This record gives sequence, C-alpha cells and structure tokens, in this order.
Amino acid sequence: MSDGAKGNGPLLEVTDLVKHFPIKRGILIDREVDQVRAVDGISFEVERGKTLGLVGESGSGKSTACRAVLQLIKPTSGSVKFEGREIAGLGRRQMRPLRREMQMIFQDPYASLNPRKRIGQIVGDPLKLQGVSRGSDLRRQVQELLERVGLSSEHYNRFPHEFSGGQRQRIGIARALALKPKLVICDEPVSALDVSIQAQIVNLLDDLQDELGLAYLFVAHDIGVVRHISDRIAVMHDGKIVEQGTADQVCEQPKDDYTKKLLAAVPIPDPKESRERRQGAGSVR
Amino acid sequence: MSAAPILSVRDLRVGFATEGGLLQAVDKVSFDLAPGEVLAIVGESGSGKSVTAQTMIGLTRSKNARIEGSVKLDGEELLDADDATMRRLRGEKIGMVFQDPMTSFNPVYRLGAQIVEAIRAHQEDVGKDQARRRVVELFESVGIPNAERRIDDYPHEFSGGMRQRAMIAMALALEPEVLIADEPTTALDVTIQAQILHLLEDLNRERGLATILITHDLGVVAEVADRVLVMYAGRVVEEGTLDEIFYDPQHPYTWGLMGSLTRLDRPRPHRLPQIAGSPPSLLDLPQGCPFRPRCPHEFSKCTEYPALEARLPDAPDHRDRCWLNPDQKREKRQVEGQIGLEAPEGVPRG
Repeated sequence: MSDGAKGNGPLLEVTDLVKHFPIKRGILIDREVDQVRAVDGISFEVERGKTLGLVGESGSGKSTACRAVLQLIKPTSGSVKFEGREIAGLGRRQMRPLRREMQMIFQDPYASLNPRKRIGQIVGDPLKLQGVSRGSDLRRQVQELLERVGLSSEHYNRFPHEFSGGQRQRIGIARALALKPKLVICDEPVSALDVSIQAQIVNLLDDLQDELGLAYLFVAHDIGVVRHISDRIAVMHDGKIVEQGTADQVCEQPKDDYTKKLLAAVPIPDPKESRERRQGAGSVR
Repeated sequence: MSAAPILSVRDLRVGFATEGGLLQAVDKVSFDLAPGEVLAIVGESGSGKSVTAQTMIGLTRSKNARIEGSVKLDGEELLDADDATMRRLRGEKIGMVFQDPMTSFNPVYRLGAQIVEAIRAHQEDVGKDQARRRVVELFESVGIPNAERRIDDYPHEFSGGMRQRAMIAMALALEPEVLIADEPTTALDVTIQAQILHLLEDLNRERGLATILITHDLGVVAEVADRVLVMYAGRVVEEGTLDEIFYDPQHPYTWGLMGSLTRLDRPRPHRLPQIAGSPPSLLDLPQGCPFRPRCPHEFSKCTEYPALEARLPDAPDHRDRCWLNPDQKREKRQVEGQIGLEAPEGVPRG
C-alpha cells in the first residue's frame, strides 16, 4: 500500500475505530439497555494524494465513520492518526489547528451553505477564522478559488439561492479548499446532483487532486462513481469493513458475499447485458 | 406492442403563470401507452417529466396553470373531466407511486387502515373485513413478509424498501390499468432498488399493467423499459424503443446522458465525459434548440427548433429533434468515443 506515499507513512491511519451509540430507556433513571454499533472496529489508511472510496448502503455507518475521523463526534475507542499524530479524543481547541489540514464537502448543496451570507463570505470565512488573510488579500484569494472551481470572480457578492445545485457544490468545494487542506472528506458529494452535473463535479475533484495533491476520503453509496474516482475501495456493511482493495480488484474480483451482492444490484445501462444478466443469475432477491 | 393504446397523450402543454412570466414546463408532449408496456420518461430535474405525469392525473390543476392538449384514458378525455371524476379515476384506473415513501403515507395511521380506507372510498359495498383481507393479499403479492401482522404497523415501523412496497400495494389496491411510478427507487439503496424493479416487472408481466416510469437513471431504464422518451426543457427530444435509444441514440443530449454514466462493466475512462453547462431556465430559453448552448455540435441551423420527426429511414417510430443528418450523427458519436460528449483526447475508452 506504499505506492505514491511521500513523507513517512500514510496521511490518515484509522485503526479499530469504534463508535457505539447507547440506547437508553427509563424515566427517572436512564438505563443503557443496548447499543447501536454504528461503526464497529474499522481500519483503513488514506495515502497522500490518493483517494480511498468508502461505499455502503444507508445505515452501514459510513457517515458516522467520517464524523468520528474528523472528531466531530467522539469515537468510543480506536485510533485515528493524521500524519502520524494521534487525534482520537483531542478536544476542540487541540483540533483547531488541525482543521486546516482536513476539510469536508457535504452531500446537500442546498443545506450546507448559509442562505444569508454572500458567496465571498462563505468561501472566505475559513481564511478569516484561521487568521490566514484579510482585506483585499482575502478578496483576491477567494476570487481565485472561485475561478479555480469553475465559477466566476463576479460571483463574489451573490447569494447561494442564485446558484444551481451543481454550482452550489462548487462553492462548497471552494470553501473546503480555501485553507489548502491535505485531506478532504467528501460525504456523498454528488448524490444530490443531476447525472450530467455529477460528471462535472467528479471531474473537477479529479483535476483538483492532480493539481493540489489532495487526498480524498470519498464516501458514497454509488459504487460506479466510487470506482471511477478511487484508488482503493473499502466496502462497509453493518458498521464493519467487509472488503478492501484496489478499485479494480473490488469491482472486478469481489471476494466478499456482500460486495458481490452490492455489485450485482447495480443496474447496467445496457439493455442486452442487463437482459443476459437477469437470465443468467435469476433474481437478486 | 401493437395493442390499442390505453393511454393516449397528444400535444400536452402545461404552463404556469409566475412572477417572471409564463413558465412553459411541458411543451407539446405526445405519446401512447399500450397495456403491458413500460414507458420510461427520462430527463434531468426541470425537464418536465414529473409535471407531465402529474398533469395526466389532474394534480397540476390550479389557478395559475395553463393546460392544453389532450389526455385520453380508454378514449375518455381526462383534461376536461371534473374533479369528482378525476378522484374516481385516480386509484381505480391509474395508480401512482411517488419517490419518497416516507412522506406518502400519513404517519399517525396504521398502514393497513390507510389502504382499507382507500379501497372503501372507491368501493362502498366492500366491507371492512373484506377490504382488510384484500390488503393482506396485496401485501403478500408485493413481497411483504408476515403480511397478516404487518398491516397493523405504522409507516415508521417499515424500512424504506418495505414502505415502497406498501406504496405499490396501495397503488394496486383497486386494480388500475395504468401505473405511474415517479422515481420509485431513487430514495432506495441499490439492493432494494433491484427488488422493487423486479416487483414492478413481475406486476407488469402478470397483470398486463401499463406503466409509466419516470426516472433520471438510465441504468434503471435499461432494466425494465420497453420504450423511452427523453425530455429536455419541457419537450421530448428523442423517443424510441429501448434498444434504439441505447444502441443508436440520435440526439446529442441523449449521448451526453449515456456518456456521463459510470459503468461497472467497462474499464474506467481517464475522465468522465460530461455535458458542459447546466440546464436552461424555462423562463429564459435560448432561441431554437434549448440544448444549443451546451451542445458541442451546434451549427447555423440550430437557431431554429427542429420538429420531433423520424429521421432514420428504417425506424419510423424512432423520432428526435436534431438537425444533424443520421450519418453525421453516427460519425460524431464515434469520434467522441462510445456515445458521450467531450471524450478526452488520446484516451481509449470502453
């Protein structure tokens, strides 16, 4: 797994990460009666400048895993190492300087941008809050970022409602890149977009990776998109990683039964092949 | 599929008066649907596919809506029908399944009771017990296990896939002849999606149910459709049989849709072919072909909007709206690699 790694070791190293949520019952005394094992001991690595795809269906724990990696929720146990440094259990203040290095792109471009703020402010706030730049320098940097993600510098003073879903996702990407992070966690970044726009965003993420040497943890339920963008893929099911390997390995020679089931369920946009497949395999139920 | 059509739509136009002017959401859409046939309507958000379906069953009627054309079900005109007639037809003749099974049921009533109510609202002579028995049978027929017990569950006690099955059961309760499924699997996981698609297919085969499937997912279309309408900016830009659309697509927009799919059965391309730009505002359509600003093959003729016509000599039912002649189309499609737009230079594909 060491190909392409610069520096020493992987950028992100997650070992036996666990997040359990308690189920509580009782009126006066909260008793913990059971646990939801949302993330149940997963391990993976993200290399510098590479993409790890995390696929799974709803409820598989992939979003919880992302949040636990970023310390947005406190992991129950396990280790998260960023550039060799343990970050699991760090407090807000200790995490703060590290937030520059790891950013996130969210699923819903309608909910993830503050409707009352102008684009310039949305993209510029991380720079301001981290004390990177101010004033005209800030404005210039934000305008460069907007152009970099395929928007125009004239969009600086507009509001989010003036943009389409695809453009909003570009704004979200510009905001994530403002602090020049090393790792970007993308949680279902294209699933809310129309097909023709999905391809634009996937290509943009690809270009930005080549240019800026970003590493992505790319989380999605669409295994086709994940395969396209990822170097390696981890398949999650019921809080566990059931299979991990290079993108082509996992998609072409899946070993785990769940991975096979997942792949078999993806409709093939080719009538002849899908007819053959149905006759061959019977039904998938 | 040469049986007499059960549903026949002619020159359907739906406009909405808005502050910004008349928004023509659907413009001159025509098609026929035969018993047992699955017609897929494909397009992006804002293409008019859902408005088309909703108008057929009278759900877009309002003060600011301008509806023209004709929708005939078994020869009966639906656009002139009064609200009481439409209420009777919805359910009895045309069943509906919506995208979001979460918001399609009332959360505070038991599922079975909601379907019993629907049945008895249409068929007053059916007793409660009889209706209940029918719901159990329906649940069984759509593959809900322990149907007898589960009809007394509330919607939140069902998973997304099971809820969509219940939704289909409700749509079928009065044995309609036409089923309209608007993105029925979009909110579901792929493994569940496959089950629901199989279910729709079985129903279609066993009951001769005519189905309109609205979706943006060409993979889903390839699995179940017989014929396909591709819509863009409120109009049909291409229509044909499933194989015609997939193996000989004529409109550059269709190429773009096909090209931008990620396919597990092909080696991955270096770059995904993409359609440039975004869909136009319906309030500010470009002159001529609305796809013109995004189309890499635009030429002088495109400022005039072509009619939906058969342009291939040997395929009279394969129609499209593009000025390029069939040879040019074949050539451009090949130059671009498989089908998509903007294939990268020097990268072998597929």
